[in-house]
This record gives sequence, structure tokens and C-alpha cells, in this order.
Amino acid sequence: MAEKFDVIVVGAGMAGNAAAYTCAKAGLSVLQLERGETPGSKNVQGAILYADAIEKIIPDFRDDAPLERHLIEQRVWILDDDSCVGSTYRSEEFNRRPYNRYTIIRAHFDQWFSKKVQHAGAMVICEATVEELLLDGKRVIGVRTDRKGGEIHADCVILADGANSVLARKAGFRPELDPKDMALAVKEIHFLPQETIESRFSIGEDEGVVIEMAGKVTAGMMGTAFLYTNKESITLGVGCMLSDFKRQTVTPYELLDRMKRHPAIAPLIEGSDMKEYAAHLIPEGGYDAVPQVYGDGWLIAGDAGQFVNGLHREGSNLAMTTGMLAAQTVIELKAAGKACTAPNLSAYKAKLDDSFVMKDLKKYRRAPAIFHKNPQFFTTYPELLSKAAQTLIRVDGVDKRTKERQIRQTFVARRSWWGLISDAFKFWRAVESK
Amino acid sequence: MHSVVCIKQVPDSAQIRVHPVTNTIMRQGVPAIVNPYDLFALEEALRLKDQLGGTVTVLSMGPPMAEAALRKCLAFGADDAILVSDRAFAGSDTLATSFALAATIRKIQENMPVDLIFTGKQTIDGDTAQVGPGIAKRLDFQLLTYASKIVAVSPAEKRITVERRAEGGVQVLETRLPCLITMLEGTNEMRFGDMADLFRAARTPVKVWDREAAGIDDPGSVGLKGSPTVVSKVFAPKPRAKRAEIVETADNDPAGLAVTLLAKVFTQHPKLDRELTKTVG
Ligand SMILES: Cc1cc2nc3c(=O)[nH]c(=O)nc-3n(C[C@H](O)[C@H](O)[C@H](O)COP(=O)(O)OP(=O)(O)OC[C@H]3O[C@@H](n4cnc5c(N)ncnc54)[C@H](O)[C@@H]3O)c2cc1C
Ligand SMILES: Cc1cc2nc3c(=O)[nH]c(=O)nc-3n(C[C@H](O)[C@H](O)[C@H](O)COP(=O)(O)OP(=O)(O)OC[C@H]3O[C@@H](n4cnc5c(N)ncnc54)[C@H](O)[C@@H]3O)c2cc1C
Repeated sequence: MAEKFDVIVVGAGMAGNAAAYTCAKAGLSVLQLERGETPGSKNVQGAILYADAIEKIIPDFRDDAPLERHLIEQRVWILDDDSCVGSTYRSEEFNRRPYNRYTIIRAHFDQWFSKKVQHAGAMVICEATVEELLLDGKRVIGVRTDRKGGEIHADCVILADGANSVLARKAGFRPELDPKDMALAVKEIHFLPQETIESRFSIGEDEGVVIEMAGKVTAGMMGTAFLYTNKESITLGVGCMLSDFKRQTVTPYELLDRMKRHPAIAPLIEGSDMKEYAAHLIPEGGYDAVPQVYGDGWLIAGDAGQFVNGLHREGSNLAMTTGMLAAQTVIELKAAGKACTAPNLSAYKAKLDDSFVMKDLKKYRRAPAIFHKNPQFFTTYPELLSKAAQTLIRVDGVDKRTKERQIRQTFVARRSWWGLISDAFKFWRAVESK
Repeated sequence: MHSVVCIKQVPDSAQIRVHPVTNTIMRQGVPAIVNPYDLFALEEALRLKDQLGGTVTVLSMGPPMAEAALRKCLAFGADDAILVSDRAFAGSDTLATSFALAATIRKIQENMPVDLIFTGKQTIDGDTAQVGPGIAKRLDFQLLTYASKIVAVSPAEKRITVERRAEGGVQVLETRLPCLITMLEGTNEMRFGDMADLFRAARTPVKVWDREAAGIDDPGSVGLKGSPTVVSKVFAPKPRAKRAEIVETADNDPAGLAVTLLAKVFTQHPKLDRELTKTVG
């Protein structure tokens, strides 16, 4: 006879762990299935951990979670081929406990999180891939794994299987993914002695720096790049929309190689030992790409539900929050003795709408479409900005008024007055709420 | 049938390096795996169980993290898992390791007699191939090393027949039980456990025994104190200074090539040139 649980959680990433932990903590019988050899073995993230989301699930996570550095400085760079214009925000505020953002290494963090899930009472089984959902008509009644005798039943299945969201697609709960809604990111981890990192970035023990980058690093494609400091390593990577990669001839690793050779980046990683290379999809379609997230006997959380705020590089926190809200929905139904039917599970959607998750996605609803249609934000402007900075800073006997006129003229020559005004408007529409 | 399979958690040696300056082994970040040879032993034990019924117990001595290796073996189908773990075991050589494992198996026998003990041929980190024979000797078990196949086991007659790969051919050996077998590599293929195995593994706690639970009274008989072997130095072999040289041949002219090669050899080794001239005259 097939085993039966209150809840089956598919996937042991941020969303799956948050869901399994919350359900188990509330006393539900939980089975979590992960295809990787260990939790985290398949997961890719930059990675910045936002304390707020995990704190709501495990308030004392700081006691024993494997955290690399807390972030005290954020740099934003617009890169040209061989220059960069940027801003830096560094504050002692970020050095006061409790810290707000940390760098983490997912392989370590996920194993820690999974231990918590197991201690909370969930059964965690790795190296078992869920191949399909078991359906009774339209109702999900369990899953089938790739193992012999792999049918397992549950009152509710929480799909936290990550960006590809294969299971929901197979079951016909959502359409095929659209390459214009997915970014492909590649990243590497470079090892350096702790002291070298601390002196190169002017930081103390446990303090960290983030550099967010845009401009020529993406070779005209819609995307961004990043560099984060860990304890004894530096993570750096670049991600662009899949639809753009399809059009371009440049491969993701060429892009990353070019980025590493950039004169502003090369000295930061010089002499390092590259130990890890990974590539992963990031759902960046935003609000309009979010599929149906609940139905009879099922809920979707995390990347599988496209819950990523691409503009702010937030994903793991949305994954944890949606995982937690999915769990709370099931817990409330169980407590009230109600079945996990679609109308009852619709409470999940209401919770999402009420949280920062859907509010933020809604605020940036127009951004993906606008950036897709206006590649000048990733090509022309970085170059113009760099030229402007160059003109202003270089002392060469030309008077400042003339310099300003020159800058204005290059902008108008490249984009026309009307172009500039409409670009400014578009940019504002992309990032401002309605 | 009760089989005990000894397994060791080892760093994946494909990924291990010796630090060029300090000469220490760099284990950091190297994933830990079950010693590959031990999996052939486990699969052989599981096949016997499929055939004759019985119990398969997996046993490991190691730090707490070795529990992961045992969990993996449970998921393959083992019934029971014991980790002997104690600070007192740190630094054990093969003498101390086989002493501790033998003591533990004696303890296991108090609950259920053991018919067969399996070990791998050797480990990929220690490479001594001594632990299996050491256990057999201490428990007074028959010993069959480098087995490539279990041909037959008769629990009623307490007999076992195995094939053993030896120089120049395959030996067929027969002996009585209880017996310890060290398994060669490449002899079988590890199974993909059923869902039921995964559930059982998830529900079976790994028993952790400390020194006393393993029946070892004298702490001096294990660990560094119980280990006469001393690793006095570890070093990486010096990379060869000289690279192989590739000599191009223009047209199909073996005689010309031979002359070129000989000329190269003699210019690089003038002493050889002198001596040859002396003897040949
Ligand atoms: C390069 C990169 C950098 C990023 N940087 C950041 C950052 O700095 N900050 C941030 O907040 N977010 C970042 N993100 C986004 C973040 O990584 C994701 O949003 C987050 O990991 C989503 O969690 P998840 O649990 O939904 O999915 P995942 O973490 O991908 O987990 C899904 C899990 O499900 C398992 N699985 C899938 N299918 C099956 C199946 N059929 N059966 C069993 N198991 C299955 C997978 O093996 C995996 O373990 C980044 C992403 C990338 C790629
Ligand atoms: C002074 C000294 C200090 C040492 N310090 C360390 C150290 O700090 N860290 C370290 O990793 N090694 C250390 N070693 C090596 C370690 O003691 C040996 O690896 C160990 O004794 C087993 O020998 P082996 O690996 O050659 O096993 P082999 O004899 O080659 O193994 C044969 C089979 O025996 C079984 N087996 C072996 N070991 C175990 C075990 N522990 N549990 C269950 N089954 C087993 C397996 O089935 C294996 O296939 C040290 C050795 C010495 C002499």
C-alpha cells in the first residue's frame, strides 16, 4: 500500500525548506523529496541572504546558520568596455546587529536548513526525483518518483521544484516557459585568502561588499552582473535573458570571461583559484509571468511560481516567503478540518497578494517589457555615461561650460532630444509604481 | 544469514591535492564518499540476502559526519547501521582500526551471530588493504581476499565458495563459515534502491557507539596510542622539470629518424657516448 502524508513538498531549495519546516513545526506529517544527492547540491545562487525572510521562519537562525559575511557596502557600477561609472553606499548602520543582509554559500546553507527541517519532524528523502503528479481527475493526490514502488499519496503537494517548474507543466497547470521570461546566469566562485579579500575591499572580519553591475558586461543583452565577497572566496557572475542569448552569438561563459578581464574587476580576483562553476535559470518575467499558483490538492512556491524580483536581485527571500505562506495555508485548512480543494487553497493567493511578494512584483510589472523593447539602456547609455564622466573629470584646458555642452551634444547626437525624454519616461515607468 | 559490511567514508580522491608548500593534504571542500570498493562488498552482501534472506548490517568507524555514508548504505538496502565514533579513535592506524572494528563485531555478535564479514579490497585514501585481514585474524574468521564473485553459500553446511582473481587466472576457493571476504572492484553493479528502501533508510536511525559501547575497555589500545605506525612525512612528488620533446619526421625515412634520435640521446648524455665508444672500440 502506498505511503500517505499530510503534505508532500517537492524540492529542498529555499522555498521547499521553508514550506517543509513550517508544516512540520505545526505537527503535520511531511515528506520532502529532493532529486539531488544532498539538499543544496543542485542549487545555485549568488548569493545574498536577506535576513528578514528567514527570520520570520527561524528567528534565531543567526545562532548556527553558515553565514559568510554581513554586507556593509553596496556598489553599483555601470560598465563600459574599459571603464566604470558608479556609486558606493557604505554605512556603519549595516554594521550594527542584527545584520540585514549576508553572503552565503547555498550548498552549506541548504544543508543547515535541511537539518532544521528534519529536526522539526519532516521526513527528508534525497536522490528521489518526482517524475509526475498523481491525479484523480483534476485533483492531485500524490506524486510518483523515479524509484520502483514510487507512488506516494498526500492531501496536498507543494511544488517547490525550482525555475524549470517541470511538474506543473507536465500536469498542464501552466503553459510552456517563454525564453523572454527566463534569464540564464553563470557564476564562479574564486578562492582567495581571507586577508587578501579584506584588504582588497577595505573590510574587516565578517564584513562584506556587494557590487551590482550593468552596461557593456551583458554585451547589449538585457541583464546584470554581480560580485559578492564570501569569507574566503569571491562569487561573481552575469545573467541575461534567454531570449537575448538565443539571438546573440556570445556564449554565457565568454561573457563571464570578458567580465573577469574588465580592468575594474580583474584586480579584485587576481591570483585567485576558481573552484566552482555553475549555470542556472532565473525566472524574471515578473508579475505577468506568475502562473496559476494553486489548484485541487496543489500549491506552487518559489522559482517554480516565477516569484523573483529581478530588478532588485531578490529571489531566495520570495522563495522562502511563498514557501512559508503555502505551508500556513495548508496548516490553517487542516486545523479547521477543511479539505485541500482549490477554493479552500485560494487563501494562498490572497496571502501572496497581501505580502511584499506580489506588491513588489506588481510595482515592477512593466519593467520586463520596457527593458526588452529598449536595448539602449544596456548599450548606448553606459557608453554615454562613461564618456560624460571622462569629459568632466579630465583636466585639459577646456572650460567647464564647453565641457557640459559637449556632453549634452553627444547625448543628443546618439538619442535625439525626443529620444532622451522618452527614454527617461520609459525608465521611470519601468521602476515607478502606477 | 547475517552479514556485516565494513565501510569507510573517504574523501573523493579524484579531487584531493597535496599543498605544494606545506605538504599537507588539502581535504577542505573535497566531498566525502563511501569508499568505492566497499560498495561492491555491500552489493554482494545484498545479493546474498535477496537469495537466502537474512540481515545486512553496515559498520563504520569514523567521525560523526561518517553517518552520511552509512545512511547512503541504508538507502541501498542495508537493514541496520552502526557508527563507532569516539575521540579516542582519532589517529588510528590499521592495527588500531582493525582492533576496534573486531571488538565492535564481537559486540554485534552478542545480539546476532555473524556468518560473513565483507570489506573492500582496500581504501582509496589509505590503500593498505590491511584492515580486512586484521579483523579476520582477531575474530578467528576464515579469510578470503580479493574475491571477485560469491559463487555459493550454504548456511546449512556452513560453507562458502568464491572466485578469486589471481595472477594468471581465476581461483575457485571454498571454505567454512564464519568467513571474512575482501571484495575486488568491478565485480557487480550497485543497485538503485526501491522507494521502500528509501523510506526504511529514512526511518532507521544510525546507531552511534562510543568506545565503551563497542566493548573496548582500554583506551590505549586504539587511537594514536594504539597505533605503532608513524606517518613521518607526506610530500607531493616533484613535477618533472623536463618535458617530453616531439621530434617531427619530414618524409617517411625511418633510418634518418633513428640517426636524429641517437644524435639527440648522445648529445644529452655525453657520458653514455664516451662509454659506448670505449666498449665498442
Ligand atoms: C546566479 C544566481 C544568483 C542569484 N542570486 C541571488 C541573490 O543574491 N539573492 C537572492 O535572494 N536570490 C538570488 N538568486 C535567486 C535564488 O537562487 C532563487 O530565487 C532561489 O534559489 C529559489 O528557491 P527555490 O526553492 O524556489 O528553488 P531552488 O533553490 O532552485 O530549489 C529547487 C529544488 O528542487 C529540486 N527539484 C527540482 N525538480 C525536482 C523533482 N522533480 N524532484 C525532486 N526534486 C526536484 C532541485 O534539485 C532543487 O534542490 C540567484 C539565482 C541565480 C541563478
Ligand atoms: C599514525 C597514523 C595517523 C593517521 N591519521 C589519519 C588521520 O588523521 N585521518 C585519516 O583519515 N587517516 C589517518 N590515518 C590512516 C588511517 O588510519 C587508515 O586509513 C586506516 O587505518 C584504515 O586503513 P586503510 O585506509 O588503508 O584501509 P584498508 O585496509 O585499505 O581498508 C580495507 C577495508 O577495510 C574496511 N575499513 C577500513 N577502514 C575502516 C573504517 N574506519 N571503518 C570501517 N571499515 C573500514 C573497508 O571495508 C576497507 O575497504 C593514519 C594512519 C596512521 C598510521
